[in-house]
Amino acid sequence: MLSNIPYLVVVALMVIGLYIILFKRNLIKLAMGITLLETGVNLFLITLAYRHGEVLHAPVFTSMILRNDTTFSLPTPHALTLTSIVIGVATTALLLTFFMQLYRKFKVSTTDDLRRLRG
Amino acid sequence: MSFYGSLIDNSPAIIIAIPLAFAFLTPLIDRFLGKSIRNFWAVLGVLLAGIMTFVMAYEVLGTGNAIEYVFGGPNGMDFPLTGGHPVRITFYVDGMGAFMGLIMAVVSMAAVIYSVSFIKKFTGGEKYFTLLFLMLAANFGMVFTGDLFNLFVWFEVSSVAVCGLTVFRTNRGESFEGAAKYLIYCTIGGLLLLFAIGLLYGEYGHLNINMLGEAIAGSAASKGLIMTDKIVLGILVSVFALKAGSVPMHMATPDAYSEAPAPITAMFVTASQAGLYALFRTGFTLYGSNAFTYANDTFTVKLPDLLELVHVAGWIIIILGVLSMFVGVTLALVQKDIKRLMAYHAISQTGYMLLGVGVGMAVLATADFTEFGRTAMAGGIFHIFNHALYKGLLFLTAGAIIYKAGTRDLNKMGGLGRDMKFTAVFFIIGALAIAGVPPMNGFSSKLLIYESVFRFNPVIGAIAMLVSLLTLASFVKVFYSAFMGPKKKEMKGGEVPNSMLIGMAVLAGMIVVFSIAPSLVVRSLVDPAVEALTGVAGDTSRNLTLFTGEGAWNTIVFLGAVLMAVIVALILHSRGQKGTVPKGEGKKPYLWGNPTEIDGRPIVVPGSNVYWGFTQALKKYFDPMDRLHSGLINEYVFWLILMAGIVIATLGFWGVVF
Repeated sequence: MLSNIPYLVVVALMVIGLYIILFKRNLIKLAMGITLLETGVNLFLITLAYRHGEVLHAPVFTSMILRNDTTFSLPTPHALTLTSIVIGVATTALLLTFFMQLYRKFKVSTTDDLRRLRG
Repeated sequence: MSFYGSLIDNSPAIIIAIPLAFAFLTPLIDRFLGKSIRNFWAVLGVLLAGIMTFVMAYEVLGTGNAIEYVFGGPNGMDFPLTGGHPVRITFYVDGMGAFMGLIMAVVSMAAVIYSVSFIKKFTGGEKYFTLLFLMLAANFGMVFTGDLFNLFVWFEVSSVAVCGLTVFRTNRGESFEGAAKYLIYCTIGGLLLLFAIGLLYGEYGHLNINMLGEAIAGSAASKGLIMTDKIVLGILVSVFALKAGSVPMHMATPDAYSEAPAPITAMFVTASQAGLYALFRTGFTLYGSNAFTYANDTFTVKLPDLLELVHVAGWIIIILGVLSMFVGVTLALVQKDIKRLMAYHAISQTGYMLLGVGVGMAVLATADFTEFGRTAMAGGIFHIFNHALYKGLLFLTAGAIIYKAGTRDLNKMGGLGRDMKFTAVFFIIGALAIAGVPPMNGFSSKLLIYESVFRFNPVIGAIAMLVSLLTLASFVKVFYSAFMGPKKKEMKGGEVPNSMLIGMAVLAGMIVVFSIAPSLVVRSLVDPAVEALTGVAGDTSRNLTLFTGEGAWNTIVFLGAVLMAVIVALILHSRGQKGTVPKGEGKKPYLWGNPTEIDGRPIVVPGSNVYWGFTQALKKYFDPMDRLHSGLINEYVFWLILMAGIVIATLGFWGVVF
């Protein structure tokens, strides 16, 4: 049970993130929602890496077979998470830049006013 | 090993390396050597990448052997490594990958050549070319990679580069709006993709696509399909359909398409098609291909559960395709903005590819597959190349029109055909091709789709034909509004600069070649791609007739028949009475060569009024559609989540509840 708590946090983060994206009209809050969703996915990857007693091979332990009762953290998901964080920084920065420019051009800060392109 | 051999072995990495190197050197070249050298450098870069792709595609498609490039390890390394863990990134280029690579190469060449003159009046050209090369590298990466996580990385690089380019015209606030919406869409899609990758890694411990396919088949054989398989398939189908711009996840796509500069939009189309490619990879390599074996023209089903899941996914893709075709084209009819109109047509045409390959998936490994399923897949995949060519050409001509007319509003332009003769011809070529008018290349791929889909389900086949008619109607409107009629005083005269014409000519020339010899293209490019996905080879006879299973199509014969008809018409015409004067309504002007004014007022029907009666009669359909495309990004995301939920639920509970 205790080991499932991280998964519950993942679900909570993703649901809160999606709730914000779906129901909040403020552009900055929208960016925050996306970041929360991203944090949820990253935490999911990290949690996946944590294995107990079933790991036979891991990238850095190429020659030894881990004992059945070993608790082990796989390195590959950590590498994935690191990459994902870097990508997340890039997209968030770009998104915030767009929002900033939109505020400069049209003085809009909510999605309600951001409806010039439609139909 | 010979130089050529090692060049081929390393070609996937080289093709990615060229655009990356050129991307980051372009600002330096611009700073120290000036603008004209920079333009030359950009063209050189895209030509190099293109030549390299052609060499690789020639090798892959000619020999039928896939190239596997292992980063940080010797080529042809066996997986799984003895005593180790398969974590190396690989590039895996088979017939389908090489086919997609060729598309990226051709369209990017045309786009860069076009850009040389196009960006003269803007500042920031070095950033433009840097991002363009990054986008090209991402496009190549998405279709070459053999690693699912690597696919996610290229997916995001592509989104970031494309959104950066969409806001190239920083004076237009709307471009920021379109880019922001598209980026939000792509980011959420990318995160769902990452979540699915995490699920797969947690279950199977692999990231390599081929190995994952085997692992899924292996687990399905030993303990049956598990929920993870179904959910992951649902997420992947929704995410890649989003990237491809399929209805109802298309909402932000027209915004970004229409706000990006014209050459970028042409490449944007190929970036979307990379999503389509990933969708087909998921359906076949990851799931479908391992469920059956094919030998001596018969299928042996090994895993009926897995195959049924793929059939259901095929039906989902067919439904998405039909929705895209219909909704895309009807919304295009009512657009006033020329680029937005074309963007909706891009969505509509994507429907054809989804439909063709979806039918192939829905009847995979049954007797129907050899009957018509393979033809449908060939049609859908052939349509990808045709679409990239004619849609690229049309977006480039739209760029030329906007360049000269100074407006994107169809109601405010007119008479451009008087000065822009070449652009008008290119536009006609593109418009005929997209509408599937014989003998253009769009017709041959659509013929393959019509005939096979009609045998699959007559209603869907009829819808596909209706959509083509509406497409033609819509492009008649654009041609009429932009090129015909009296010349507007405020428009600059003359043709667009030469480099823009050359860029358009590259794509138009390819369209002509593809129109004359569709069967050769199908046999040398499309059949290897189908074989790479399904393992079913096409027929190898090489002549100019394209067989569709029901009938045949030969462009030369068709042109001969048209020529005969013209000769007969001329003979009849020469035998008629001379000096007949038209009377009544026949005297009144309508299109071209006639007086264009009545009582000193020009005769112009604005573009948006051409189909007024039609749209007014179907108000009950168009008004709700207009309200659905509300421009509210929250609602757009809601459609994405709803659609993903429906797809996941359908696949997840198939066989359990249904």
